[in-house]
Amino acid sequence: MADVYTSGRFVGTVDSSEEFRQKLVEARRAGEIPDTVNVHIDTDTDTVFVESSKGRLRRPLIVVKDGKSLLTNDHLNRLKKNDLKWSDLMKDGIVEYLDAGEEENALIAFAEEDITPEHTHLEVSALAMFGLVTSLVPFANYNSAQKVNTGSKNQKQALGFYAANYPIRMDMDVNLLHTPQRPIVKSVMHDISEYEKHPSGQNIIVAVMSFGGYNMEDAIVINRGSIDRGLGRSTYYRPMVSEELRYSGGLVDEISVPDKEVKGYKSERDYRYLEDDGIIYPEAILAEGDVVIGKTSPPRFLSGMDQYNLTADLRRESSVSMQHGERGIVDFVLVTENGEGNKLVQVKLRQERIPEVGDKFTSRHGQKGVVGLIVPQADMPFSASGVTPDLLFSPHGIPTRMTMAHLIELVAGKAGALSARTVDSTIFDSEPEAAIRQELLGLGFRDSGLETLYNGRTGEQYKVKIYIGNMYYLRLKHMVTNKIHSRARGPVQLLTRQPTEGRAKEGGLRLGEMEKDTFVAHGAAMVLKERFDSDRTTLPVCEECGLVAIYDEYKKRAFCQVCGESEINFVEMSYAFKLILDEFKSLCIYPKLRLEDKY
Amino acid sequence: MADVFGQFKDSLPESVIADAKDAATKEKMTDSQAKKLMEALLDEQNKMRVAPGECVGLISAESIGEPGTQMTLNTFHFAGVAEMNITMGLPRIIEILDGQKKIATPMMEIYLHKPYSEGKDIKKLALRIKESKLDDVAREYSINLTESTIDVSIDQTQIEALGMTMGDLVKAVKKENKSLTVSSEGETITFKTKTKDDTFNEIYKLKEKLRETYIGGIKGISQVLPVKRNEEFMIVTAGSNLKKILPMEEVDSERTFSNDIYEIENVLGIEAARQAIVNEVYKVIESQGLNVDIRHLMLVADTMTADGNFKGITRYGVVSGKASVLARASFETPIKHILNAALYGEEDSLTSVIENVMLNQPVPVGTGLPKLQMKTK
Repeated sequence: MADVYTSGRFVGTVDSSEEFRQKLVEARRAGEIPDTVNVHIDTDTDTVFVESSKGRLRRPLIVVKDGKSLLTNDHLNRLKKNDLKWSDLMKDGIVEYLDAGEEENALIAFAEEDITPEHTHLEVSALAMFGLVTSLVPFANYNSAQKVNTGSKNQKQALGFYAANYPIRMDMDVNLLHTPQRPIVKSVMHDISEYEKHPSGQNIIVAVMSFGGYNMEDAIVINRGSIDRGLGRSTYYRPMVSEELRYSGGLVDEISVPDKEVKGYKSERDYRYLEDDGIIYPEAILAEGDVVIGKTSPPRFLSGMDQYNLTADLRRESSVSMQHGERGIVDFVLVTENGEGNKLVQVKLRQERIPEVGDKFTSRHGQKGVVGLIVPQADMPFSASGVTPDLLFSPHGIPTRMTMAHLIELVAGKAGALSARTVDSTIFDSEPEAAIRQELLGLGFRDSGLETLYNGRTGEQYKVKIYIGNMYYLRLKHMVTNKIHSRARGPVQLLTRQPTEGRAKEGGLRLGEMEKDTFVAHGAAMVLKERFDSDRTTLPVCEECGLVAIYDEYKKRAFCQVCGESEINFVEMSYAFKLILDEFKSLCIYPKLRLEDKY
Repeated sequence: MADVFGQFKDSLPESVIADAKDAATKEKMTDSQAKKLMEALLDEQNKMRVAPGECVGLISAESIGEPGTQMTLNTFHFAGVAEMNITMGLPRIIEILDGQKKIATPMMEIYLHKPYSEGKDIKKLALRIKESKLDDVAREYSINLTESTIDVSIDQTQIEALGMTMGDLVKAVKKENKSLTVSSEGETITFKTKTKDDTFNEIYKLKEKLRETYIGGIKGISQVLPVKRNEEFMIVTAGSNLKKILPMEEVDSERTFSNDIYEIENVLGIEAARQAIVNEVYKVIESQGLNVDIRHLMLVADTMTADGNFKGITRYGVVSGKASVLARASFETPIKHILNAALYGEEDSLTSVIENVMLNQPVPVGTGLPKLQMKTK
């Protein structure tokens, strides 16, 4: 007696769980019940679970019966002739989809040779165990599993040709590689996914060597000549959006060139690119602070005192302008209406991004690195035939990460480039490395992939042979220009008068709790004080009641609100401390300062 | 010659003077040479002194805290002997520094006097130390429902191993179960409830209780393991009870120790507890292959035991003793501290580091320490 559950609900019992399961599976293969139904037996409790709910992850497998795959050569031939379709195979019960539960009861052979009488299923292809992006990692079966994972993650961040209609799209934060190339070393998945129609990398010449320490700790050295020829060159698009919002009381925003009377008017210069409709014209070259969409909003609150205030009916300036340190060219302007019928203006900003020191590049093996140095072509190492590498990769990145496929791709790419063909690097089904090396030998190169290189600066021959070849490299979307940040003086927060936080607000870099401790440990009391001087204030304090007093700027004298004319002295403290004293007062705690002479 | 060394008796450690003496006699130094040597040594020692205003507490904290980040979070670690789990690693350090009264795995290392330390009766001794229960010697329990009695047949070899006789056992059992009538006949002990009509459930519960009856050994010691360490036999136990172990004549009470610092404080006093903190923390740090100067640990142990009680570094322990309200408030539960300060009208004289950082004034350590003093006429 075994309990049966369908989609998690108890429905009854059966005499033999195994018999029941087999019956159901057979019925499914015969097409008597839908093929989306899966059965599995929990062997510990002898319970049958029949699942037909949505949201289960399922994968296709070839059915094996009596130690023989049901998929025959005849099927394969008919498939090739387009005589037979995948759905036909499913209908015939040759292929079926298993969910995670049913997989537990199955014994799946990896290859047809491995099948024994115990096996129930056969893997369609070894590739099936990887996802789409992971299948794009060449020779991935030679890599450490961890690096296959990072390699596939990196590819998602690569710049490429993301959509053919990019000029008329309004995407957030996109990059476009100028000259994407089809990879020389590719896999079956590249064909299946039509990767060649939207490639995201370039085939470049890589030499595995150090270069004056500029490529240590995962950095890379890039050839200036290659960059000038267009290596890794990309465009960054950023939309700027503004909308005429409607507020209560019939008030609306207005997209126009703001009046000079408007509250918060910037300067005439900042509005100079705006056309009469308050929107910028295409191809305007913008720098920091320039207004892109001019807009004014109605006054924020209309209440109480405002009716006596003459400035109250003034509109507020709420234009969209270029951020701190930002430059770019207006690509195109879109004026439309949003779902609520409000006027919506979108401006697409374009910026050319030439690779620079600090930009991130990677091969397809999780071997990411940041540009450490850009070397003039004349100074780059060169081979006897005059080839200079585009990129120098440090050999220290290899041993601990065990990315053997990185090295194999290098020779494979070299052989492919030299004999003008693509190399198949499908996982578990790639061209044999030995054959590739043999081909290289036939092309007049060493089968090891090594070449004699000469120092570009001195012309001397390097004492060791250098591993050099072609690889598919990707430029990743992390670029320094989006991240670089520094500050000396700048904006402060309203509440605490401490520096703002974050790059967007031109914020300071926080000297945190533990950093503070290091100054204390050194006994550097004055340095510490100076570092925390950002919110320093000098306040009048009443000697009598110990509360913060008031300084009257007109009469040039200080007085205490509690004691009136009492002795008042000025005390230097952090504004944050003044704030906490105020907070104490709001808790009905009387924080009394007792003043003492400093010296 | 002796005169020269005598001069430095108060300023240099004894061991240094002794070493210098040896060297001087070996090198056949003259008095003036010896004096020069001693002065050089004194100079060297003074150079090693911590300068006034050096922020020793913070440096200790950083020196322990930084390697602490590298510590593996392995809770359990087989400390050389099989079958015994001992809390090690970060959880153990947290346990010690927080001053937890009930530690996760109390443990003792019992050193023995000769001839026991040479292995004489070591197994017997170990069994005697271990807390024994009736269940350990019982072979069978049988419940007689009509009579409301429980018969327990005793495994004779087991009680012999414990060094007990049937008579001892009965006496021990009687002492623990005063509410029952206990009688024995041959190898069985019979327990009879005084009330007549007990339900089966009640008798069953009673049986379960009887199994846990204490019959001998030392309470709290759940496991014993005789081991041979450095040519010497000793007993490692799980569970700790110094009060009972130390007076035993077989035990070398000078070397025997527990890892329960709270117990050490109660039995041996605060100085022993201080040393135990240093030893236990150092043991963990060493086992992780880290290197922390022992003096940092000594400072921590000193602050934890300074007022004569073993206090953890928590808001209830060491931190609660801080003079400054602002310093306490900045550690944990600020509202509680501020409100209490307001209730009692506490005053903060701003003498330590944190308060001054809050006010943005020079902290009174290092260069912030010296002050100008004016002569008033």
